[in-house]
Amino acid sequence: MNSRYAPSLGKDLLGLEQLSREQILGILDTSEPFKEISERTIKKVPLLRGKTIVNAFFENSTRTRISFEFAEKRLSADTVNFAAGGSSVSKGETLVDTARNLEAMRIDMVVIRHGSSGAPQFLAERIASNVINAGDGGHEHPTQGLLDMLTLRDHLGRLEGIKVVIVGDVLHSRVARSNIWGLRKVGAEVAVCGPKTLIPPAIEELGVTVFRRIEEAIEWGDALNVLRLQLERMKSGFIPSLREYNRIFGVTRERLERAPRDLLILHPGPMNRGVEIDSVVADGPHSVILPQVTNGVAVRMAVLYLLAGGKSESAEMARTGMES
Amino acid sequence: MKPIVIRGGRVIDPSRRVDGKLDVLIAEGRIVGLGESLDSTDADVIDASGLIVAPGLIDLHVHLREPGFEHKETIRTGSASAVAGGFTTVVAMPNTDPPIDNSATVGFVLAEGRRVGLARVLPSGAITVGQKGEQLAEFGEMVKAGAVTVTDDGKPVTRASVMRLALEYAQTFDIPVSVHAEDHDLSRGGVMNEGITATRLGLTGIPNAAEDVMIARDLQLAELTGGRLHIQHVSTRRGVEMIREARARGIRVSAEATPHHFTLTDEAVVSYGTDAKMNPPLRSEADRDAVIQGVIDGTLDVIATDHAPHHYDEKEQAFDDAPFGIVGLETALGLALTELVHRKRIDLPTLIERMSCAPARAFGLPGGTLGEGSLADVTIFDPDVEWLVQPEDFLSLSRNTPFAGWRLKGRPVATLVGGRVVWSATKS
Repeated sequence: MNSRYAPSLGKDLLGLEQLSREQILGILDTSEPFKEISERTIKKVPLLRGKTIVNAFFENSTRTRISFEFAEKRLSADTVNFAAGGSSVSKGETLVDTARNLEAMRIDMVVIRHGSSGAPQFLAERIASNVINAGDGGHEHPTQGLLDMLTLRDHLGRLEGIKVVIVGDVLHSRVARSNIWGLRKVGAEVAVCGPKTLIPPAIEELGVTVFRRIEEAIEWGDALNVLRLQLERMKSGFIPSLREYNRIFGVTRERLERAPRDLLILHPGPMNRGVEIDSVVADGPHSVILPQVTNGVAVRMAVLYLLAGGKSESAEMARTGMES
Repeated sequence: MKPIVIRGGRVIDPSRRVDGKLDVLIAEGRIVGLGESLDSTDADVIDASGLIVAPGLIDLHVHLREPGFEHKETIRTGSASAVAGGFTTVVAMPNTDPPIDNSATVGFVLAEGRRVGLARVLPSGAITVGQKGEQLAEFGEMVKAGAVTVTDDGKPVTRASVMRLALEYAQTFDIPVSVHAEDHDLSRGGVMNEGITATRLGLTGIPNAAEDVMIARDLQLAELTGGRLHIQHVSTRRGVEMIREARARGIRVSAEATPHHFTLTDEAVVSYGTDAKMNPPLRSEADRDAVIQGVIDGTLDVIATDHAPHHYDEKEQAFDDAPFGIVGLETALGLALTELVHRKRIDLPTLIERMSCAPARAFGLPGGTLGEGSLADVTIFDPDVEWLVQPEDFLSLSRNTPFAGWRLKGRPVATLVGGRVVWSATKS
């Protein structure tokens, strides 16, 4: 592992927009030793022993919640899950009251997923515990951005100068925004591609290129990060049909075969096979969709560990210490 | 009641082209006359030296929330807030619960305003029954009960045919139809201005076009019908242009600029501050510039606050969930002086024209003048005193302002309604 000293993240991880290049690279480097822990027979280190963490999921997300929960348990933290359905929230409790109640239970960290952009910041401003954004509305999903970057670095060998295209429903995507901020800060080039109905206004001002046609994007890029196209987007009229979407913007083998180089394929999941991505591509040799999932646990362990006050060198020491 | 002499102030009354160091004599609730060194024997004297004496400020656009939302504001607290902001007359919007869409509710608002006895509270009535956009409300009955305009504020009339009928029918009573110009279909789900800030924050934007298409529609309908149109809180550059052009063509239109739209841009939302969430939203710098230009050249002839109080619990939410609106009565004059007069965009007479004379003319209200025999509604203010905006000092029941902690230059000193001092800085 690179022995770079990771700068402190501060109290919370709300988004990659607020982080510096050094902080982002620090998290990625700190993730390296944590990757290995998940490969062991006994997948547990005592780095967060005695810490209590609440996973507050106001919006359903099986995958992200499970990934965080594994990360927390492998660091020996005590965790409680909280889902909006069937909780005090469905009885009309406000976010501010939820925050105060969590605070009153003297928890150390909150991992929050919320349908409203800015909800994690709202929480972070009101409680002393560390707050980690696990996806807020159409704003950011920083740990997803980080795990995408870690996966890109693993497979392309670097981040600086690589060309990444984010394909699909960028308008509603927190994954897209975290990718844009994170990748731009470490010197990667970023483009977005999709029908204009699904591209956010003024997105070029974030320093990204906009491609109207998937063929041009494929020709340009080193990697495609293919976003999930939610079925609701058709009902609300953003696209005429899923079939046409697949025809015009689908990531297919035929399109990839025409590219001048092999493109790495990422997808934050869950996939709609045959809509935004064809199965042969998702299951193909250049797909890193499952390595992304594996890296997700390592990145989240790194973030939890760093926010709890850990240092990147100590993560390495803990790892080797456990081995000896 | 003893006569009052307001002594030694700079009296500015654009309605009569008066601007000079004069005394104002008031008796029996009316202006008796202006003059130099008036005799003040047997009169109460208000020393206004170093201050501006103006016809009382009039706000054509406030939400007093009563009946139905008394946890946000009442006619009593809203009236107190108004006079503390230098306003002698306010026009109350009808989006209450129940909505003000009949003569009984109009009568209630008027009576409650009189009972409170601070600012003159003039009700507006809804354009349609229940603000549902279908059947016209009884304009005639409401006007007879005291309504001064009809408006769909907050719930724009979707159907052009209904708006046409409203603009035609209102002419019987010679009242303006006031519109919140927004195509709700185009702005659906939007919570702030569409643009890079909304994109960064992951919030759904409201495009300028949502306002522009309705301004265009309603100007065309005003031209078609010859009706009087009043466009509320204009926030877009294209909106200002269209109104300027319509006015030049002789269409009968008046229009508002709010202090927040001429002071702030959508960057004020940048950390999800719900006190910068209002509708129409704060726009871009180019839009803000256009609104200022509109105030300068009189395209936007009226400055109005869109005072929209909300309980702190309601604003203490995620941005998507918080309601639109900010309070404005107690910061309006300070903001207008600071942003427009002290930055040399307009002079003091123009400011008073926009905040008193033009609003009176637009709705045909008494006031807006210090002419002999007119109502003694007078605002005395210090244009130069610096002060800190401290929402906890507001007389409004609500505190939702994006201007907390701002230093402003200029504020009211005393407010007279009907010859009575209803508020003064020294007493509060």
